[in-house]
Amino acid sequence: MNKMPKLTSEQVKHVAELARIGLDEKETERFKDQLSAILDFVSKLQEIDTSKTQPLSQTTGLKNVFREDLVKPSLPQEKVLLNAPEKYNGYFKVKPVFD
Amino acid sequence: MLQKNITDILKLNRFLTDMDLSDLTIKQIQEKLKAKQLSAKDLVLDSLNRIEKLDKKLQAFLTVIADQALDQANQIDKLIGQNKDLPALAGIPFSAKDVFSTIGVKTTACSKILESYIPVYDATAIKELKQAGAILIGKTNHDAFGFGSSTENSDFKVTRNPWDLTKVPGGSSGGSAAAVASGMGLFSLAEDTGGSIRQPACFCGVTGLKVTYGRVSRYGVIAYGSSLDTIGLISRSVSDIACVLEIIAGKDEADATTLSAPVPDYSQNLGKGIKGLKLGVPEQYFENGIDPEIKDSIDLAIKQFENLGAKIQKTSLPYTKYAIPAYYLSGISEVSANLARYDGIRFGYSDDKAKDLESLYFESRAAGFGPEVKRRIMLGTYALSAGYYDAYYKKAQQVRNLIKQDFDKAFEKNDLLIAPVSPFLPFAIGEKAQDPLQMWLADVFTVTINPAGIPGLALPCGFAKNRLPIGFQLIGPQLSEPLLLQAGFAYQEITDWHKRSPMEI
Repeated sequence: MNKMPKLTSEQVKHVAELARIGLDEKETERFKDQLSAILDFVSKLQEIDTSKTQPLSQTTGLKNVFREDLVKPSLPQEKVLLNAPEKYNGYFKVKPVFD
Repeated sequence: MLQKNITDILKLNRFLTDMDLSDLTIKQIQEKLKAKQLSAKDLVLDSLNRIEKLDKKLQAFLTVIADQALDQANQIDKLIGQNKDLPALAGIPFSAKDVFSTIGVKTTACSKILESYIPVYDATAIKELKQAGAILIGKTNHDAFGFGSSTENSDFKVTRNPWDLTKVPGGSSGGSAAAVASGMGLFSLAEDTGGSIRQPACFCGVTGLKVTYGRVSRYGVIAYGSSLDTIGLISRSVSDIACVLEIIAGKDEADATTLSAPVPDYSQNLGKGIKGLKLGVPEQYFENGIDPEIKDSIDLAIKQFENLGAKIQKTSLPYTKYAIPAYYLSGISEVSANLARYDGIRFGYSDDKAKDLESLYFESRAAGFGPEVKRRIMLGTYALSAGYYDAYYKKAQQVRNLIKQDFDKAFEKNDLLIAPVSPFLPFAIGEKAQDPLQMWLADVFTVTINPAGIPGLALPCGFAKNRLPIGFQLIGPQLSEPLLLQAGFAYQEITDWHKRSPMEI
């Protein structure tokens, strides 16, 4: 089993970018080592031949759970907005997307 | 502020009883309430009194709702006074891990990103417990979002082990286990994704049940890994867990993954013994690396099961050594998706200096998430990203299938399995905090069952020379909760480890 190559700083920054997490240089370096060590550890799974194994994520065998499509009361607007950091006229207020 | 509130309440209200309440079971309490030998107010005051006296040291609670709890107790006492029928858990004080949405009561997931979040609805399990007359006294500390095995990853405080204040209480539900062990409430509603109920229960010398996936509704519980998360209970006895499970188990329209299998009377088989029970001992759980004191205690427990009439058989779960990587890759991939919702817009921490939407995301998440949360989101994002999906996420799901097949095979010949919960005793605060991988490895014996969706019951079985608790777990096939509880009850009938208390007040 080959040892996993260590993540580069660029890769760490790229993943942080995808995950929308701001990182400073110090964090990037620390995460580079920590994430590399963990990826190296989990790569142990590559030892196993899974060519004939189906992936499994639903363990209890439930499929397609249906219910009647009925209209039910929902939370009132003021409650939905209760935890919003910024709101305006009954809406969530969002920062500008473009300059 | 909260502490002062409790102090005032304790000054203003007198106990009506001088009974020692710490050893009573839920069943006994119900009888005493009906016989008017005890009031709901006594029960709530007793819990508040312990919080007041002990929690400065333990730091088990993040929020205590003393006023509300006392109001509810008074309502129950009114029903008692009028000789009305009482609901099944009338007057029983309990706590909940801070991932359970509680209407009007701050719910933080122990993360700064939700520091001031106040839910506008109750989680289904909370709603059902309230309807059954149980009284929520507060919310307990844990590793943020359930990410950890020591409660040190909480963004707010470090909970201490009630048996030794220099040691961790385990995690992630460390506050729940420490609270129950110290008599602050009769049970705690908690959540187990990879051991978060069983390991802290073991470290604090109490009983903890992780249920079959889908047996209890996850609606209103802050998500970690949605295909692994299960809601369960920490309590001081199997018999109390049986009483409470009956209330919270069952189908919930709001959680499509809940099972429609009927909810049995979980108490009815308690006391029936376990003659003829086929109990498997999986060899991989007893190999090198396990503390000899833990091994000795569990060997003794196995002997005791044999004496109770169980047939002890060796068994093998060959994929055990791959459980940690398979579990973590599944879990963190789901984390990266589940935690995408913390965007600084609808709720939670928001960086008010951000100039545009993009920087709002980056800065809110940078400041709101702690290091372990960032690590898991980033690793999960990596495992799901183009070019790595097959090697990581898909591979983990395939190995997950092999792990489940391991258990399926073992349960063809065994009714239940017995195994350690943790390879080592509660460790020192700070000991593993700097090495994330070492912390992950602490879960070696607990993460195995979550990928298979099966239940496990952790029970105390002794103490090490340094007075730290030791525990084991019974593992059963899906929906075997009645048998798990029956076997756990039989063990607790002939042992008194679960009755020991860490601190005197």
